Amino acid sequence: MLKINNLHASVEDKAILKGINLEVKPGEVHAIMGPNGSGKSTLASVIAGKEEYEVEEGEILLEGENIDELAAEERAHKGIFLSFQYPVEIPGVSVTNFMKTAINETRKAKGLDDMPANEMLKLIREKSDLLEIDKKFLSRSLNEGFSGGEKKRNEIFQMAMLEPKLAILDETDSGLDIDALRIVANGVNKLKSKDNAVIVITHYQRLLDYIVPDFVHVLHNGKIVKSGPKELAHELEEKGYDWIKEEVGA
Amino acid sequence: MSKYTEDDLREELKTKEYEYGFYTDIQSETFPVGLNEDIVKAISKKKEEPEWMTEWRLESFKIWKEMVEPEWANVNYKKPDFQAISYYSAPNSKPKYDSLDEVDPELLATFDKLGISLDEQKKLTGVAMDVVVDSVSVATTFKKTLAEKGIIFMSISEAIKEHPELVKKYIGTVVPQKDNFYAALNSAVFSDGSFCYIPKGVRCPMELSTYFRINQAGTGQFERTLVIADEGSYVSYLEGCTAPMRDENQLHAAVVELIALDDAEIKYSTVQNWYPGNAEGKGGVYNFVTKRGLCEKNAKISWTQVETGSAVTWKYPSCVLKGDNSVGEFYSIAVTNNYQQADTGTKMIHLGNNTKSTIISKGISAGKSQNSYRGLVQVSSRAENARNFSQCDSLLMGNECGAHTFPYIEAKNKTAKIEHEATTSKIGEDQIFYCNQRGIDTEKAIALIVNGFSKEVLNKLPMEFAVEAQKLLEISLEGSVG
Ligand SMILES: Nc1ncnc2c1ncn2[C@@H]1O[C@H](COP(=O)(O)OP(=O)(O)OP(=O)(O)O)[C@@H](O)[C@H]1O
Ligand SMILES: [Mg+2]
Repeated sequence: MLKINNLHASVEDKAILKGINLEVKPGEVHAIMGPNGSGKSTLASVIAGKEEYEVEEGEILLEGENIDELAAEERAHKGIFLSFQYPVEIPGVSVTNFMKTAINETRKAKGLDDMPANEMLKLIREKSDLLEIDKKFLSRSLNEGFSGGEKKRNEIFQMAMLEPKLAILDETDSGLDIDALRIVANGVNKLKSKDNAVIVITHYQRLLDYIVPDFVHVLHNGKIVKSGPKELAHELEEKGYDWIKEEVGA
Repeated sequence: MSKYTEDDLREELKTKEYEYGFYTDIQSETFPVGLNEDIVKAISKKKEEPEWMTEWRLESFKIWKEMVEPEWANVNYKKPDFQAISYYSAPNSKPKYDSLDEVDPELLATFDKLGISLDEQKKLTGVAMDVVVDSVSVATTFKKTLAEKGIIFMSISEAIKEHPELVKKYIGTVVPQKDNFYAALNSAVFSDGSFCYIPKGVRCPMELSTYFRINQAGTGQFERTLVIADEGSYVSYLEGCTAPMRDENQLHAAVVELIALDDAEIKYSTVQNWYPGNAEGKGGVYNFVTKRGLCEKNAKISWTQVETGSAVTWKYPSCVLKGDNSVGEFYSIAVTNNYQQADTGTKMIHLGNNTKSTIISKGISAGKSQNSYRGLVQVSSRAENARNFSQCDSLLMGNECGAHTFPYIEAKNKTAKIEHEATTSKIGEDQIFYCNQRGIDTEKAIALIVNGFSKEVLNKLPMEFAVEAQKLLEISLEGSVG
């Protein structure tokens, strides 16, 4: 599904990613953990194609295809989805209108006609039920005045609507209350299949109790310094990152 | 991955031609250039006007000669040479037709290019049209339906002849001849325009619409519109314009007067897309418009405008809230790109008790353009309990454009409650990336964000106009990524 080879990326001439290697296969869940500022969100943005980040070296392959030259929207059309750590507000554009535009633009890119209105409504109803989202919420301006938790739930609603191949969830758990965390995690699990994959970026074991990872990676100073099974997350929760930093001699 | 830079943007803007820029070659009868009493008389004679009208024009001309062009607006342009303009031009083909078949095929082709062909327009349910090409109206539809309700909707030239009592009673009562330089000029030389009268208690069953265009090289256009809503009546009036591409600047100085008598309501919507000049700021229409409405007791006037065109815009649709409990509203979207300059806003004059006004202004600036909001809320000493709410939002794209707000408040009565809110925002890279990530490309993302920003105003437009307006916003801002 996704293969990253020796990825180096910088922003404003500052090197942030310093040689990332990662392979995610269909049906897998990978967790990425690591201290603040280690480059987790940067990695997510680079995979999604944010223009400000310059890829200096290495490559990103999606289903064997190098996507380095593709614009962000083209990557989205190929099935990459990013649940943002900080979702942005778009005043005056309702959640429904935004989703309608996103879905129809993606269909257009694939040579399909707009989704018929009744189908769209059905899809919206189904997915908002899945994430226990109030209908009134969907006519509000996108993320404007949403609480932290509402924003995150809305991100996963969008993921459910778009049914991506590869979903990257950047600290989706932060801001969610205990019930919301369960609802959102269940939503993600329901969307999981043997054909898609999820990368979960988080600081806490809590989310991984629900969305159980096949692998846990520790990102430190722009590099993946340790990978292991799901138990690694428990170990990190207990011991913090210092022992890893010592191990890599940083 | 290639990065979209300011340079790319500049290149893209440069190559973006005016979408509706073309010129239709309709043979015209055009007056020699220049302006003097004889020209004014000749215009009046050409139009077979009664003597009072000729006199009124001459009086206006005298007033205009004594006036100087105003300079207080936040715009810079080369002053037009008023002696180098021809003040009258009429399509050569005969002025009146019963059906579209008789209309100059070139004109119909023009409408096709605009995507607002008469055929298409006719299909739009409930829209009556009075088409003005240059100066003389050449087609009027739906007149019969309107006549059954006693509604008069015709060119102002016709009205002067057929309903002189109404025209004489109301013309110049809201915008006096001496009101301002351009209004005086218009009063002297106005070519044509629309006249509309809704009788007492009648609800006009359709949106009345007029398409104005400028279509003759070197010909200024001086529209005169007069809308009278008699007691307890209602009318929604739509005005939309787009002009052929021109190298030299074209002057446009229209006057629109609205009169809403007791308990009447007038909605006046405009979509304006005149040639804004090319990417270097050459050419484009100068649009100096005086629009004002008078509200009697319990009356309501709403101005809604979407301004995307013109090189220079000077325009302040206003409401005089004379009657008690009268209501004035102004909803505006003004887009400027490249070297466009707009100084637009409104005046709300509260004279009656319990009068209420609402101002929602959305300015969108891109390129090297300057976009100013200028508004005056005035409450007279005798107006008890006046209310005003103003909101002026500016959206900037890129770093070379400007947005300015000049809100003036003159409240002479202590019971007045006036609220003003203003915001300035930029379309952020983060917003664009968020949209991109969801599969929405940058052009579409900008259109989406701009539409969201303008929503409160777009919502005020009649349906078919709202669609056209959204299209215009998209066209005007193509490639303007900051
Ligand atoms: N646009 C930018 N300009 C300058 N520095 C940046 C930019 N984006 C990221 N950085 C820097 O890159 C480093 C990695 O940031 P990143 O957001 O990827 O960290 P993170 O691992 O997601 O941290 P957190 O756990 O706090 O979310 C930080 O030092 C950050 O300040
Ligand atoms: Mg982060």
